[in-house]
Amino acid sequence: MRRSLGLIVSRDVVPGRTLALGTTIALATLAVLMPLAVVVLVATTADWRTLGPELISPRMTAAFRLTFGASLAAALLDVVCGTYIAWVLVRRRFTGIALLDALVDVPLAIPTAVAGIALATLYGAHGWAGAFLEAHGLHVAYTPLGIGIALAFVGLPFAVRAVAPVLAALPKEYEEAAKSLGANQAITFARVVLPQLVPAILAGFALALARGLGEYGSVLFISGNLPLRTEIAPLLIMAKLEEYDYQGAAAIATVLLLSSFSLLLAIAALQRRLTARSVRA
Amino acid sequence: MKPMFAALAAVSLAAALAPIAARADQTLLNVSYDPTREFYAAYDAQFVKDWKTKTGETITVNQSHGGSGAQARAVIDGLEADVVTLALAYDIDAISQKAKLLPPNWATRLPDNASPYTSTIVFLVRKGNPKHLHDWPDLVKPGIAVITANPKTSGGARWNFLAAYDYALRANDKSEAKAGSYVKALYANVPVLDSGSRGATTTFTERGIGDVLLAWENEAILAVKEHPGDYEIVTPSSSILAEPPVSVVDVNADKHGTRKVAEAYLHELYAPWAQRLECQFGYRPRRHDITCETHFAQLPLSTIAEFGGWDAAQAKFFADGAVFDQIYQPK
Repeated sequence: MRRSLGLIVSRDVVPGRTLALGTTIALATLAVLMPLAVVVLVATTADWRTLGPELISPRMTAAFRLTFGASLAAALLDVVCGTYIAWVLVRRRFTGIALLDALVDVPLAIPTAVAGIALATLYGAHGWAGAFLEAHGLHVAYTPLGIGIALAFVGLPFAVRAVAPVLAALPKEYEEAAKSLGANQAITFARVVLPQLVPAILAGFALALARGLGEYGSVLFISGNLPLRTEIAPLLIMAKLEEYDYQGAAAIATVLLLSSFSLLLAIAALQRRLTARSVRA
Repeated sequence: MKPMFAALAAVSLAAALAPIAARADQTLLNVSYDPTREFYAAYDAQFVKDWKTKTGETITVNQSHGGSGAQARAVIDGLEADVVTLALAYDIDAISQKAKLLPPNWATRLPDNASPYTSTIVFLVRKGNPKHLHDWPDLVKPGIAVITANPKTSGGARWNFLAAYDYALRANDKSEAKAGSYVKALYANVPVLDSGSRGATTTFTERGIGDVLLAWENEAILAVKEHPGDYEIVTPSSSILAEPPVSVVDVNADKHGTRKVAEAYLHELYAPWAQRLECQFGYRPRRHDITCETHFAQLPLSTIAEFGGWDAAQAKFFADGAVFDQIYQPK
């Protein structure tokens, strides 16, 4: 920092603290906080006497249950598979690993509608996977299961990318030491590797979950959108917009926003506690 | 120094004015809905040519397409359309009411409720009509899968709902209770409720789901053309007259100085050559003296006016807790 200015004296490693802080706050305000504030502000102008009962109507609660249930299930699946994929990417060496590495991020790069259409085609009654599964009595497309799969698809990169760098920073010697002390593979993983990864896994879980809660494009095509059964909360927001009911849409969005935020807050708190504990240990 | 300065000023003034002179060639933005893409591409080309011959002015027409409701919201939120050509009057009413960009009486400014072309709702079935679906009652039989979009999120699908409801009113001496149970039985046969009409068409044609698609006639004609030998159109005993309306967006057109050309652009949609073009693209022309290779079946068609207009229909059928929502009640 320019001490001569005598404004802020800082030992931060990030140079240009005033500029960096100012830009960051301005960006965060313009790009994140203000749009969210507008949503909440518009929601406050809604007629809550009619909206209140509607928000707790069976159709709305069913949609919220589905959105949160499917997102949680998908995020759980993502961290299990994601942790394993991260482990393969970091610890294994084989030809084509760069390809797998790049492939992991593809769900982030393709338009979600394309993902949804591809999944619906694949898992539909006439798709490759769908035809096989339907023959065995398992319906995927247009069921909550299909929604879960779509959400797992879009959330997977977050789970992998959250865990991989932490795993890479973990000295391989720990695993070797455990092995030389007689621990088998399962014990080594459960007692030595996993505890160090838990905060990262939780971070990946939170990201995948957040993505799932807000996901619209990919789900739309595979959900079937049947009220009470396969209708997700974001679709109800779209239905409100289609009626030019901006306040109603904002109100549902606010409920979704607040519940997502408290869920993420809880995960973040848990993650901080675990990180602090592993640092002490 | 002085003459030098004057020369410089003149040059820079000319340079500054040049783009304005070039901009006298006007640009028109037509914000429309999804299935009109091909029609307006053809119409715009001819209109631009005719306008050049008539007035000597070179104009450019830009098109924007999307779901009708989403397009209306875009205009409300600031997309500067000179004209809108949407799927239902409700969406243009919203632009008038929410953003005051055009007067409430917009629909009276052009003939035929400002809808130069119309369509109706028909059944698209698989080749050979294997489930023998000939009329509305066949759709509520057990085991029939009907594909239609969600009228709460799709403007086009509201016409589908009304066509079905209207049939049930006709068949049951105007009994609303019986019409209600008919649409309830109909939607019980809907396995997938897509959010938009295009999505419903994809579900039926690409995904192979369902025995019948409730479709706009012009889209059904297009599907039969694009997939020869795969589908057939079944015309039911009655349906609804879908009137996709058009209007100048006054505030935008005046701001851009495009009112004259915008009005001519919409007026020309009623001209014989344009009506023939609409007919070729599967829309029913308003003029009766038009023939084209498309054949349109004759059937009784109810109008939205018989439902008291869009505001009344919206409140009665599609608002929260209204008739459509009552179809989906927890058991």
